[in-house]
Amino acid sequence: MPTTAFLTDSTLCIGCKACEVACKEYNQVPADGYEWSGRSYDNTLQLGHSTWRHVAFLEMDTAFGIGGNSGEQISWSFVSDVCKHCEHAGCLEACPTGSIMRTEFATVYVQPDICNGCGYCVVGCPFGVIDRRPDDGRAFKCTFCYDRQLAGEQPACAKVCPTNSILFGELDDLRARADRRIDELHARGVEDAVLYDPRDTSVGGIHAMFIVRGDPEAYNLPAKPEVPTIYLRDAWRSAAAAAFFAIGGTALAFLARAHNSVGRQPSAVLRQSAGKRAAADRLRLPDANRQPPVHAHGETGDDRNLL
Amino acid sequence: MPGLGTSFGRGGATTAQQDLANADAVLIMGSSMAEQHPVGFRFVVRAREQGATVIHVDPRFTRTSAMADIWVPLRAGTDIVFLGAMINYVLERGKEFRDYVVPYTNAATIIREDFKDTEDLAGVFSGWDDKEHKYATDSWLYEGKHGGGAASDERASAAHGLWGKDRGGQPTDLMPAERDETLQHPRCVFQILKRHFARYTPELVERVCGTPKDQFLRVAEAYSSASGPDKTGAICYALGWTQHSMGVQMIRAAAILQQLLGNMGRPGGGILALRGHASIQGSTDIPTLYDILPGYLPMPNFQAGTHTLASYIEQNGTRTGWWFNTDKYIVSLLKAYYGEAATAANDYGYNWLPRITGDHSHQGYWMDMDDGKMSGLFVFGQNPAVGAPNSRLERRALGNLDWLVVRDLVETETATFWCDSPEVERGELRPESIKTEVFLMPAASHVEKEGCFTNTQRLLQWREKAIEPPGDARSDTWFVYHLGRRLKAKAANDRRPRNAGLNALTWDYHTEGAIDEPVVEEVLQEINGRRVGDGTLVSGFRELKADGSTACGCWIYSGVFPEPGRNRANERQSQDYLGHGWGFSWPSDRRIMYNRASARPDGSPWSERKKLVWWDAAKREWTGLDVPDFTVTKPPDYQPPDGATGDDALPGDAPFIMHADGMGWIWVPIGLRDGPLPTYYEPLESPVTNALYPDHPSNPPADKMERKDNRYVPIGDARFPHVLMTYRLTEHHTAGGMSRYLSHLAELQPEFFAEISPELAQTIGARHGGWVTVASPRGVVEARALVTARMTSLRVDGRVIHQVGLPYHWGTRGLVTGDSANDLIAMSEEPNVRIMETKGLVCHVAPGRRPRGRAALTYLESLMRGDHVADHRVSH
Repeated sequence: MPTTAFLTDSTLCIGCKACEVACKEYNQVPADGYEWSGRSYDNTLQLGHSTWRHVAFLEMDTAFGIGGNSGEQISWSFVSDVCKHCEHAGCLEACPTGSIMRTEFATVYVQPDICNGCGYCVVGCPFGVIDRRPDDGRAFKCTFCYDRQLAGEQPACAKVCPTNSILFGELDDLRARADRRIDELHARGVEDAVLYDPRDTSVGGIHAMFIVRGDPEAYNLPAKPEVPTIYLRDAWRSAAAAAFFAIGGTALAFLARAHNSVGRQPSAVLRQSAGKRAAADRLRLPDANRQPPVHAHGETGDDRNLL
Repeated sequence: MPGLGTSFGRGGATTAQQDLANADAVLIMGSSMAEQHPVGFRFVVRAREQGATVIHVDPRFTRTSAMADIWVPLRAGTDIVFLGAMINYVLERGKEFRDYVVPYTNAATIIREDFKDTEDLAGVFSGWDDKEHKYATDSWLYEGKHGGGAASDERASAAHGLWGKDRGGQPTDLMPAERDETLQHPRCVFQILKRHFARYTPELVERVCGTPKDQFLRVAEAYSSASGPDKTGAICYALGWTQHSMGVQMIRAAAILQQLLGNMGRPGGGILALRGHASIQGSTDIPTLYDILPGYLPMPNFQAGTHTLASYIEQNGTRTGWWFNTDKYIVSLLKAYYGEAATAANDYGYNWLPRITGDHSHQGYWMDMDDGKMSGLFVFGQNPAVGAPNSRLERRALGNLDWLVVRDLVETETATFWCDSPEVERGELRPESIKTEVFLMPAASHVEKEGCFTNTQRLLQWREKAIEPPGDARSDTWFVYHLGRRLKAKAANDRRPRNAGLNALTWDYHTEGAIDEPVVEEVLQEINGRRVGDGTLVSGFRELKADGSTACGCWIYSGVFPEPGRNRANERQSQDYLGHGWGFSWPSDRRIMYNRASARPDGSPWSERKKLVWWDAAKREWTGLDVPDFTVTKPPDYQPPDGATGDDALPGDAPFIMHADGMGWIWVPIGLRDGPLPTYYEPLESPVTNALYPDHPSNPPADKMERKDNRYVPIGDARFPHVLMTYRLTEHHTAGGMSRYLSHLAELQPEFFAEISPELAQTIGARHGGWVTVASPRGVVEARALVTARMTSLRVDGRVIHQVGLPYHWGTRGLVTGDSANDLIAMSEEPNVRIMETKGLVCHVAPGRRPRGRAALTYLESLMRGDHVADHRVSH
């Protein structure tokens, strides 16, 4: 199966919110409340348990005679935010139940019938995407329209986008396309256009990339997102050391077992998170992280085996 | 749409949205296309991506502005000054596309000597009758021509349809016309145009529109550069132009500009009239309007005295041009209506048609309702209690009816005006004393019924039924068919003359299914037309006859169902970029109208890049990428013989075949009620006076319909110092019946808000996110304050003018509620189409919530007394 991805190009976004509505309609996501925010035309405000696509409205300084997408200045920008479906997904790595799994499209999917609502994923997400629904406590986020992809259809948001601001396709193709688009925009004088795809952090790149103008942080896209598990090695070392000193000689007798159950396997997670996928793959069953989980929940396709 | 109708011959968008991608410049004005037509806007985005300059001129910085290369603000309602200055810019610099202008437009035509311009008469054209409040238009005619309409002559001027507003039809001979192709004659249209717009300078734009001069020049330069053999520019407009007391003339100004730049009938050119929702184009083609019949045939007018079919045809047909065929179309329509009962002996039932006896427009009959002159009302797919002007008046007027039928998906404010309207809260309406009997009938939604929509680009698209309507919900077709069937049954044995038309009416559609749904394809076939003898379908309007041997429900749609089993509206195989093979575009599947103009007079394309339709000399026919909007075998050098009539009377280089002279009309000699050329007037209410014509601040023949419950304030009134405008948001559907009740839409824009500039907020002491109370002489509403730099306060004639923007989607019902902005708007009538002015009236804004109950009315009266003038002095 191909690795699929989104490329959301804010320079083409007209802020119509069709993606938000199509996502909710198709996925039967409930409304998020009827509060007027006063924040430009944005009343859903952020991604959350019941908003899986979110169009942000950024009003910046205006000047007479300059449209928002002219080469000169941003005035009112729109960008449709979505789960990044990280190469190394903090939510997935934090999930203790195996509810969150990686699909055969390399997207990150929450199985709602397995999720027990522990909320570890919420703090594990470097982008603040995944969120628990207050009424039943389970965690929800963009499914990347997994069922539609299985049926050979593109996700609902990409399907309805009237200006092709949201593109769906194979990751490598979209990356190449994004590079071409950036070149094109620069050549047209839109010199502040950048591709947001943090490949040089522990996230290792994302499967929902963005083209924005100016500083991505203005669009709620962090400059250096990190998967929390990269801190695990240090955390476990400290824990092991503390245990060693506290328990002393008694503990030595069990060192071998302790090494097996604690020390070694987190390091595998660590390497998977920080390094290349290939390196991680060498340490476990081939593609264990990518097997389809649909028919046998919890048996395959989750990172629980590693923990 | 008389702006386009009189300029080019047909009142529809001249091009297809896909073709916008071919433009070198796109000017969007009077529209927020990205917000209201997001799907079509993709082609504007595509044009921009291919290097076109996208320009947005609008009082507000909207989502459309955000996508434009250039946005410039202007004061609401001053578009004619802006466009007039663009026309002047082109003329002064000789930037007109002369090789196009001379042969294809009436720029060279000489106008009668007794014509006097607004520049000569200080704000009115010749023919103005101050007592009758209307124009006699004879002097606007071409040199040596007579006819037109006299203001004092009710027969000629009472009716709209009479003047052929939607088609440039005219009851007079215009051929042959005297022309000076050097464009030097002082009375040729070109020279009159030059003089008329000479005072429309960048300085005037800055003074009147508030648009900085350099910004105007930037637009003028960018747009006028998209002209010539190798370049084209397109103009898109919507209700930001039409809903003005001089809206038709705004569109006319655009039509003049497009003709001067040679942008009509060519790829990447044209004027796109963006229609507000599904099948609004269809509802003028097969009209829900009172003054035209299907296919833009005028509705007979009682006072016009056309009481025989022959006199109707004589008055509405033309000797030259396509409307020579009027007889074929009206007879075929009558045959479709009355079938076998329509015979030559009884004028095919012509006298069974109703007559116009007065102003039966929305505003007109609502005033009648307010005066207790109406007994019943059907409301289909409309929510006037929220969506119509002066909705306070409209809601109260509903209480004067005997009965009211509301057919809708939900229980709208129109259906519940009697129990939960603001008037009930304020004690103006008391439920127990309202006699109106309200019938709420559940309607089927668009996915629960099949049929045709005609979209903004004249494209008929068939829609299939996905599911059966729930419960008692029924389609409009079902309702009208079964109502008609029952009425016919009731009248069957009642032979009074009033029932003659009803008794004669053919009403024989088959029905299907458990609920007896009419077979809608049969209706489309009737619209397409048949031969009466054998019942076979005609393949197009060229087959229609005036001898009663054909029946056709709407001649311009003829060809949509050319043979059994071939519903072209339902075709789904697009073969080219214009979409041939997908749906059916009237007329005759022509996607870009007047496309003869895409070739030079000799029939060759203007350029390789801009070729569309051309003359194939070997095959001796017109061919190309679109269906030619021209007689296919008429050669470019064809010259009509003496005495020729109809299309044969037009030469081979006359692209605007509907017009009697085959020309594009820079000058409208007949068909409009407010002038042959657009002229600057202020809206009916304005903070400033008319800088050019102080004696005539607003469009002279416009009707303010002023009365106690439809009040205005004078120009420059300190009580209401700000400019008010209403509009829609992407997230909602007009009066909210299809969005406020849906959680996924309601949450996106959950509250009524007022967009105001930081300057205005500071002036009145309003806080972003807090409440403001907005009032006009008509009403008072409260809204959340959205303070944003996207709203621009403009310096106009030395003072600062603030503009207040109000989306109008909310009412008392649904998941999200709020006050209705239309409570503030006046009922008024533009002279040609009788539309109200919703952009550019005036208002008062103050921080805080509005008073509740009766106190709201007390507050309004205190505003009228001037008690609150000092609250917010306009800054200088």
